[in-house]
Amino acid sequence: MKQQKIGSWIAIIIGTLYFVVPLIGTFEFSLRMRRGEYSFDAYRVVFADPRFQATFGYSTLMALLTIAVGVLIVVPTSYWIQLRLPKLRPLVEFITLMPLVIPAIVIVFGYLRLYNTSSILPLTGSAHSTDLLLVFSYVALALPYMYRAVDTGMRAIDVRVLTEAAENLGARWPTILFRVILPNVRAAILSGAFLTFATVIGEFTMASLLNRPAFGPYLQLIGANRAYEPAALAVIAFLVTWACMGLINVVGHGKQIKAAP
Amino acid sequence: MAFLDLSDVRKNYGPNTVVHKFDLDVERGEFVSFLGPSGCGKTTTLRMVAGFEVPTAGAIRIDGRDITRLRPNQRNVGMVFQSYALFPNMTVADNVAFGLKIANKPSSEIKARVEEMLNIIKLPHLGGRYPYQLSGGQQQRVALARALAIKPQVLLLDEPLSALDAKIRVSLREEIRSLQRSLGITTIYVTHDQEEALSMSDRIVVMNEGRVEQIGTPFEIYNHPRTRFVASFVGTLNILKGKVVDPAAGKIVIDGQELFASKRIAHLQAGEACSAALRPEAASLHQSELQEAAKIASAFGRESGPRNRMVGTIEEVSFLGSVVRIRVRFKENAVSLDTFNNPNTTPPARGMQVTVSFAREDLLVLEGAEG
Ligand SMILES: Nc1ncnc2c1ncn2[C@@H]1O[C@H](COP(=O)(O)OP(=O)(O)OP(=O)(O)O)[C@@H](O)[C@H]1O
Ligand SMILES: [Mg+2]
Repeated sequence: MKQQKIGSWIAIIIGTLYFVVPLIGTFEFSLRMRRGEYSFDAYRVVFADPRFQATFGYSTLMALLTIAVGVLIVVPTSYWIQLRLPKLRPLVEFITLMPLVIPAIVIVFGYLRLYNTSSILPLTGSAHSTDLLLVFSYVALALPYMYRAVDTGMRAIDVRVLTEAAENLGARWPTILFRVILPNVRAAILSGAFLTFATVIGEFTMASLLNRPAFGPYLQLIGANRAYEPAALAVIAFLVTWACMGLINVVGHGKQIKAAP
Repeated sequence: MAFLDLSDVRKNYGPNTVVHKFDLDVERGEFVSFLGPSGCGKTTTLRMVAGFEVPTAGAIRIDGRDITRLRPNQRNVGMVFQSYALFPNMTVADNVAFGLKIANKPSSEIKARVEEMLNIIKLPHLGGRYPYQLSGGQQQRVALARALAIKPQVLLLDEPLSALDAKIRVSLREEIRSLQRSLGITTIYVTHDQEEALSMSDRIVVMNEGRVEQIGTPFEIYNHPRTRFVASFVGTLNILKGKVVDPAAGKIVIDGQELFASKRIAHLQAGEACSAALRPEAASLHQSELQEAAKIASAFGRESGPRNRMVGTIEEVSFLGSVVRIRVRFKENAVSLDTFNNPNTTPPARGMQVTVSFAREDLLVLEGAEG
């Protein structure tokens, strides 16, 4: 009994060290820009870099668009599957998991073949249409997270019965979707959104191969040419991701609306 | 013409017919229960009235209007679900107001109506609570208020009490019934609990495997079950298997002992197998033929017509409090009968030879002799 407890503590400590030590190392290194003393100089340099601001802003915008498109696709799909087509659930789950299995580089080469300037749909022709393509590819990339989150939320409430209750009281589809279903899966949608944000903000492969000025390629560029700034950027990226995770928890547990016990 | 009218309604799911030829006329203000075992099609029939399922054939009319193919949101039929189905993101008051808001009623009217409904369900102070802050019984009352707020023409309840514990179930069913009476709302109530159906309903529809077995008042269903299924599903009837001897005279033989049934067996053939029902409270027990005068007990004073007698052995005596239930075995068949507990007499012992007697009219020969 006691030995077991000690064993599990050792496991936890080893696990924590495995994750925390490199982080502390990176953080410590990022503070050493000024010779002989610790300072936040590296961070100051990073934040002052206009490319940082531009790429971070661009990626944030892409992330928000991705979230919007993703929600519009995933919520009705998940709702409809829950309500009318439960038999399709395994198939849809399989499809949503594909982006985890197929490497991003394969997907993006597929896009480049399909949508190049000499194709029927030359999305890579202009910057704006490439942005569009990038958003769509991010939607695919974030699909596993968004779908899982929303689907779990849908399952937590009895979508079918709530829909029927609303319909019985005279409600039509838009009312049911916006006043009954959406408010009850809001927490799930938000957690899907934060996961999407965390995925998109540092994404490298797609942005780089589609040649868009995103944060991921910027990280890579700095990393190849500087010493202290990449460490600072890594810490910043980590904090952003971490903040997203924290927000999921806050949204998930804070004002949580419970379904029937 | 009846207020709610289901005529020749059927429902198939693919090759399976789950509701066969369902005919029912419900009068305005009537309380009708659908009673039957799990999977017999009660919910499916109710959902066809609500519009969640479309009948494969047949027609449903409310007040003369054919609603068979109307969408649920065009029907003005109130529904209460087993799982309450309150909107978790809305307060009690908003739940009750939902249907009124959809109907674009002015807000002053909505407010008044919500207040009225909360008073009716005796939860006037809980309008600001969320569903998860209520007990199951309270949630179901709110669901009832929500369904009634829109003044539906028909109220449908699908096992509304089965998720609640026994005490609340009994008090809430009385509450639902008196509310239904005072509003005069035409109601269909689905249950698989025979006590619920018997105590609440004006009429009961007993269903089995998608068919209507019998429609009647609780009194008729309990005392004059028409089929073997109804007899065994409602109450704790004894079912005895025997053979017809003389259909005209109503004579049958059970385990070698000749008995007379209440009329109605002229449609059977001599020698045909049949089954007969006997309610536990209809039979009385005698220690022996000689002591016949000294009845141990009989639940009700019975009129002195010619009586059937059967000799058997006591197989089981169970003390249930105010009632002692005794099982007497003949050969193939056994009869359970209820006697009132008498503190001055010890109950008879197992293995004792006794005579069971009952009036001829209490022995009902049932339709559907098979099995
Ligand atoms: N959507 C469906 N598809 C196929 N079969 C169905 C469907 N809904 C119900 N059934 C079948 O129809 C039959 C009747 O179901 P129904 O839900 O009406 O029974 P019930 O009498 O309400 O039973 P319970 O007391 O368990 O609620 C069952 O055999 C069920 O399996
Ligand atoms: Mg049911």
